[in-house]
Amino acid sequence: MIEKLADYVNNNHALVRQGRFINYSILVGVGETDFIIRIDGGRVTGVRHRQLNIDSGRFAIRAPTEIWEEFWRPMPKRGHHDLFSMMAAGLAQIDGDLLPFMQNLQYFKDLLGALRPASIGN
Amino acid sequence: MPTFEPIVGRYISMVVAGDTMRIYVEEAGSGIPLVCLHTAGSDSRQFRHLMTDPSITDHYRVLTFDLPWHGKSNPPIGWREIEYKLTTGLYKETVVAFCQAMELNQPVIMGCSMGGRIVLHLALEYPDDYRAVIALEGADRLKPYYDTDWLHRPDVNGGEVAAGFVSGQIAPQSPSEYRWETLWAYMQGGPGVFKGDLYFYWVDGHFDDRSVQIDTTRCPVYLLSGEYDSSCTPERTRDTAERIKGSKAVVMKGMGHFPMSENPALFREHILPVLKEIRVNN
Repeated sequence: MIEKLADYVNNNHALVRQGRFINYSILVGVGETDFIIRIDGGRVTGVRHRQLNIDSGRFAIRAPTEIWEEFWRPMPKRGHHDLFSMMAAGLAQIDGDLLPFMQNLQYFKDLLGALRPASIGN
Repeated sequence: MPTFEPIVGRYISMVVAGDTMRIYVEEAGSGIPLVCLHTAGSDSRQFRHLMTDPSITDHYRVLTFDLPWHGKSNPPIGWREIEYKLTTGLYKETVVAFCQAMELNQPVIMGCSMGGRIVLHLALEYPDDYRAVIALEGADRLKPYYDTDWLHRPDVNGGEVAAGFVSGQIAPQSPSEYRWETLWAYMQGGPGVFKGDLYFYWVDGHFDDRSVQIDTTRCPVYLLSGEYDSSCTPERTRDTAERIKGSKAVVMKGMGHFPMSENPALFREHILPVLKEIRVNN
């Protein structure tokens, strides 16, 4: 599912504008699979499986597959509806350099939430 | 003729912790005084829907004010020399000073989030001064899940990160219009104010060791919390209600941490019966 992220993000002009200063990769772990997501000017320009152990991103957000699946449902259960809520509930974790994450917090919440049908908050 | 809302805003001076504070206060309606306390990092605008609801204002004089440092209330003179940090004592003193300055007789106090915590402290300390307390998203013990230093530093936009911190506290079911209005207020807080409020909310306000002493026969306690609240969770609300014997707790399905501002139509379904019960019992 996450492979299609560019389709959902790049046509969302408000979201792209919100992330216009972002030019780096992040890592998203879906279960045992790590994805490197490249962002340029707020647009997703690449989503690929992590090929090398040395591949990484500025920060990594990881959750079990079933947690992401619930997060991406049209109306997620409580605790699964937001990145911070998932962390509060112990369902997800973030590692790495948190500064770029915090500088663009709502962007990253909405970036990953963009895979949800009729994204919450739009 | 202009069509005004029934809300009237004014300023009042009151002394808090030795400082004369210029406080912004709004009110609407007549009847039993109902003082509404806003959440950490926001201001009194959160209660605007209650204040334009005749089902409430026909029976209650609804008052709300911006805490010092918040909204249109000033910080104390010399604020640049102070790191703002809300303590339990300062918060209690502020609410008591407001009620005295407004010459309120046995008001009902309703607060949300940190406001929902302080009303429990007030019920314990001054049970005969209040007709009842209503804790929205209020519990006697919470567990922090983020580092508040992110909220006040020069390399992170304070307003945007504050809104980003709490955006997930709004239920996914809540209308987009009110979601973003709630977050807009968060984006407008002064530097370090949300962080300073969270000192009370996350650190200083715990009193689960004393909440059991609240006498609900002298001061009725109502607890209303949203299903999607990640800080004052339904579980923590129920735990609090178990400790406060005689309190009444409701978990609002499909609601988050800001019931009065994120979903006013759903909130009135929960709050009207509570306000009616308080009115009838008095």
